[in-house]
Amino acid sequence: MQLEYFILIDRILDLNIDEKTIQVEAQVPQHNTIFEGHFPGYPIMPGVLLIESMAQTSGWLLLALMKFERMPFLAAVKEAKMRGFVSPGELLTINANVLHEGSGYAMTEAKVSVGGKLKCNATITFSHIPFPNPDLRRHMDAMAKRVGFPQQAIAHD
Amino acid sequence: MSSTFDQVATIIAETCDIPRDTITPESHAIDDLGIDSLDFLDIAFAIDKAFGIKLPLEKWTQEVNDGKATTEQYFVLKNLSARIDELVAAKGAGA
Repeated sequence: MQLEYFILIDRILDLNIDEKTIQVEAQVPQHNTIFEGHFPGYPIMPGVLLIESMAQTSGWLLLALMKFERMPFLAAVKEAKMRGFVSPGELLTINANVLHEGSGYAMTEAKVSVGGKLKCNATITFSHIPFPNPDLRRHMDAMAKRVGFPQQAIAHD
Repeated sequence: MSSTFDQVATIIAETCDIPRDTITPESHAIDDLGIDSLDFLDIAFAIDKAFGIKLPLEKWTQEVNDGKATTEQYFVLKNLSARIDELVAAKGAGA
């Protein structure tokens, strides 16, 4: 997890195209300036970042299902529930599955757990469009390698 | 057709918190009911699920942007209901 770069997940553990599910893990840093303000003397991971981690996890799943031909963008978050605190240094396991694949949009369900204990969950809507430019596509290719995205799921021009 | 319209109107009323009795077959989802594109995704989701179809929103949007269709053709509810009936029939025919 590199909060400064808004990279919220570290590694894809499992990606099941047929079942339309994904599992990733993310290590919350032990030290970060975010925790100095959130909160002084009681550092916890901000809920909005947990939501973003679920969005990024869902995003990788959608990229896989769309064979890396389209880019999903966060459009809406529903029923986001923060069920427990996440502390610095904890290892997150994030799961997502596809709820619906529409025309130009998709919905997922995602959840974050620590040590098997559910910490938060949400239903997330994405709009998706063809990659707007080659730079973003190249960046996502590089990120895919970094997080262990199954390379066979990436379509190349 | 009326059955499809009733279902669509109910979906819109529940999804967007719009009084059901203000929704008529002549209502334009965008111009009359004030539904924006993001809210329409929720409606599309509910319609897709209820009718077992996939509303071709991208295709419709492209046609409107290209000047090949008007928003009335897809977003006036009687027309939207007709499009849904067509999609359901096409699905039933195995198309």
